[in-house]
Amino acid sequence: MSTHQRFIMKLFEWLLGKSDMNKENKVWTLIFSAWFVAGISTLGSLFFSEIMKLPPCTLCWYQRIFMFPLSLILPLGLFPLDKNVVRYALILSAAGLLIAFFHLLLAAGVIPESIQPCRQGIPCSKTVISWFGFVTIPFLSMLSFLVIVVLLVLTYFQRLK
Amino acid sequence: MKQKTLFIVAAVVLVLVFLIGSQTYNRKKAEESAKSIQSNQAYLVRMHSPVLGKDNAPVVIVEFLDPACETCSEFYPHVKQMLSANPDKIKLVLRYAPFHHGSDKVVAALEAARKQGKFWPALEALLKTQHEWAANHTANVDLIWSHLEGLGLNFQKMRLDMLSPEIISIIEQDLSDARALNVTMTPEYFVNGKPLPSFGYQQLVDLVDEAIASAGH
Repeated sequence: MSTHQRFIMKLFEWLLGKSDMNKENKVWTLIFSAWFVAGISTLGSLFFSEIMKLPPCTLCWYQRIFMFPLSLILPLGLFPLDKNVVRYALILSAAGLLIAFFHLLLAAGVIPESIQPCRQGIPCSKTVISWFGFVTIPFLSMLSFLVIVVLLVLTYFQRLK
Repeated sequence: MKQKTLFIVAAVVLVLVFLIGSQTYNRKKAEESAKSIQSNQAYLVRMHSPVLGKDNAPVVIVEFLDPACETCSEFYPHVKQMLSANPDKIKLVLRYAPFHHGSDKVVAALEAARKQGKFWPALEALLKTQHEWAANHTANVDLIWSHLEGLGLNFQKMRLDMLSPEIISIIEQDLSDARALNVTMTPEYFVNGKPLPSFGYQQLVDLVDEAIASAGH
């Protein structure tokens, strides 16, 4: 077995609760990872708008509304460890995920122009960045929200004494 | 304890990556725009542009201005002051960048006033009363006329001139030059062909002082 495979095995064992790592540590690490993703996304989106001066479209703003608070709320659940933070963070990330999904469909042209919510200003269907042909800003947003939602759901199912 | 350290290190790393990334990006952008401005120097000064100051002045400030832009009206008196403080040394060339909605019509009115020899008084009157005719980032040309009274302008002739192809082509030319020179915000200044390193009044003063000093030698 390669180290790579061993790592994935270990990760699954850990997530499914077979590892001997203590439960509190595990919950902490899950919330911490969610925060880390939220932090990258927050700073990343600020980089796009403030440094690269790409004006955010309306849908981007709605996604930011749900992403920015995550990077502040999640650390509150880390010190001291408070699993309840999932309740507050999951609702935000789930809403963000829905909007990101909608945005991605719009940008991909699956949803037609006519029901586009933003006709004035910067069109949400305009693609400003495309790395490797599929990594666009709404794609990154959706990916971040998805990872955060998964991590928080996993946290939710961890039982603390 | 270990967790706290991990959190702080992660937060610091995120912020550092952001700051270093910004620095790198800005430096690269500045180099690129300097290069494109260098190769587009010919677009900076056109024969049709209004000019203030002595023709053979050693320092040329090219300003891209939008009459409906608030910062432009705030900067204008300072730039004029700079000109009067250094007589015969600075020449101001005005270019139009009417980025605000409806602003192109106001530029046309200014150009029409220029045909009657009243460009600078008209510009100053409009910049001073800007908040009354350009609310919410939208310029309303119908509201400018009361502010131009007393300058001795023939409004009827102005309204006709505003539609002339000559004036319309000046605006189009300036807009396309602005694009070529990477001007996306107003006011934008070029001092002897050099753009401001970053936006700000002090940066403009420094750049002008530097140009005056090097012209003296």
